[in-house]
Amino acid sequence: MEQARSRALDAGVSPRERARFAVRRTVNLVMAGLVGLAALIGVAVMLFILGYVLVQGWQALSPTFFSQSAQPLDFDAKGQPIAGSGGGVLMSILGSLLILGLAALISIPLGLLAGMYLSEYGHGKFAFLVRYVADVMTGIPSIVTGVFVWSLVVITTGHFSAWAGALALSIIMVPIITRTVEEILRLVPNALREASYALGVPQWRTIVKVVLPSAASGVITGIVLAVARAGGETAPLLLTVLGNEAINWNPSQPTDALPLRIYDYATQPYAVRIEQAWGASFILIMVILVFSLLTRIATKGKKVG
Amino acid sequence: MAANNLDMKIAPIEGIDRISRSRSLVGGDRTFFGLTIFASLLLIATLLALIVLLVVGSWPNIQYSGFNFTTSANWNPNITQNHPHEEFGILPYIFGTVVTSTIALIFAVPLAIGAALFIAEYAPRWLATPVSFMVELLAAIPSIIYGFWGLAVLVPIMYNVDLKTGKVSGVDAFLHDVIGKVPVLGSLFSTPGNGRSLLTAGLILAIMVLPTIMSVSREIILTVPSLQKEGMLALGATKWETIRKAVLPYAGSGIIGAAVLGLGRALGETMAVTLVIGNSSTAITPNLLSSGYTMSSSIAQKFTEAGSDPLYVGAIVEIALVLLIMTAIINGLARLLVIFSTSSALRGTRA
Repeated sequence: MEQARSRALDAGVSPRERARFAVRRTVNLVMAGLVGLAALIGVAVMLFILGYVLVQGWQALSPTFFSQSAQPLDFDAKGQPIAGSGGGVLMSILGSLLILGLAALISIPLGLLAGMYLSEYGHGKFAFLVRYVADVMTGIPSIVTGVFVWSLVVITTGHFSAWAGALALSIIMVPIITRTVEEILRLVPNALREASYALGVPQWRTIVKVVLPSAASGVITGIVLAVARAGGETAPLLLTVLGNEAINWNPSQPTDALPLRIYDYATQPYAVRIEQAWGASFILIMVILVFSLLTRIATKGKKVG
Repeated sequence: MAANNLDMKIAPIEGIDRISRSRSLVGGDRTFFGLTIFASLLLIATLLALIVLLVVGSWPNIQYSGFNFTTSANWNPNITQNHPHEEFGILPYIFGTVVTSTIALIFAVPLAIGAALFIAEYAPRWLATPVSFMVELLAAIPSIIYGFWGLAVLVPIMYNVDLKTGKVSGVDAFLHDVIGKVPVLGSLFSTPGNGRSLLTAGLILAIMVLPTIMSVSREIILTVPSLQKEGMLALGATKWETIRKAVLPYAGSGIIGAAVLGLGRALGETMAVTLVIGNSSTAITPNLLSSGYTMSSSIAQKFTEAGSDPLYVGAIVEIALVLLIMTAIINGLARLLVIFSTSSALRGTRA
């Protein structure tokens, strides 16, 4: 049948045209191959980076890595650092949590309120402005935010602090939360709002008790993703928190943080420190990936409202 | 109050009751509305404060350095015998930023468009979803981890020296040997360095902007009306001809917008670049294998030196200001292109 088809196609076709068909078919196949290759490279690079970090990091993990704070290396008689010395990253994890916690305290209420304004009240020019400002702010490089807080807080108060880091992270998180919350609340069907109004419930109670709960999973996803993104930010923390050997529960002092620990160790000449940097990278990337995946699975296939 | 009203079951009381209740509710509405407005105003105020403070913070240096700041290549923050005056010129950093971002786009754009076409046009659904997810996962990896990975894995691939024989191998040496002698093009690879270079930084940036460009391009390609594609196919065009003549021209400005959006990300990227660019040479040469600085990496390297010298602090803040202006222009351009493209796509489906 294949033969019959190609014979029918070939009928009355000159050799020159047949050659052109061959060229077109070849180009088509080659381009399909290239397009597939591009996708393959993208996936391969992702697997390579992720796999490398996970494998290297897994080897660096030990119980003391989680239970000790960073300590100076111990050196043997030859001046080589002793494997297993140098403590762990407990304080870096706690420091990150402190900064992220403070940042979340500032940015979640503000982001929620601004998002609710945009979705529930925002129709006019002011809403357009707010939306535009939020979009502009998500495009600001995080180092610029870092410099802003550095000159605002660190230079004027004279020292680095966890508060400054939290402020910098909040400036990154608020616009993201605002826009996600807006988009998700917009998906809540108007019928729900109208039903609530019809029962005599005022608008603000409708928003808080009807609109927000029915979009809860999406709203939580948006917040978690914003926190996860801020958790990996390093440049603004470098300029505001600077890093410290130990955690300082006083937020007006410099503190340790996981990304800063990685930055510090990654550039050190000792294999022991490099290994610890891989361990810290493992923890950071796992936390971010697990949160991203969990929220993705939790919201998969669920229509909001 | 309700108890007092129990035996007065007459209509006006009920009415008054309802009115007073609704008034308190209006009050609640007003308070809540005020809160949301307050949060929105705070957002705007933050952006204004950011811009104003960056200008105010860099003012000492704007007065001191003037336009030399962006046109001079001399960076001498400390007064020495050879340099009786402080000098702040960031031309090499701007150069580094532009070069690394350009390299990033050269590698990322074809890959991203290819991957986007694969997901939107070629792959069956069961394959398209995981491929798209995995490429987008690149966006979730923090910048510091890209930098560390680049330092530990990519730099040795670019430059590797055998400790016993002293023989240098790697991509840098290969490029120098193969293309180094070609006129014009060879100047890009004229002198190999130690693997930490503009090229390495550009490659890391390419990986980092790939998911951004890919996902925006994919969305744009998906807006191409299928009638248009089916028309081409019905006329006997091959799949590729359909893409080249019906899909790409239609999605063109949107894909350019996606690339410019990626450029905006690449310009401001800090930690990954800082770790692999070397941060040592301020020479402006076409040699991509030399180390350098970008604007963001110079901030990360130098801010601790600034201390309490208001001029130096001003210079650091002004780098951030220039970076902000550059990214604002680039992002604005990207948004216009994407908006233009999607709105023309919408018009297309209606027509």
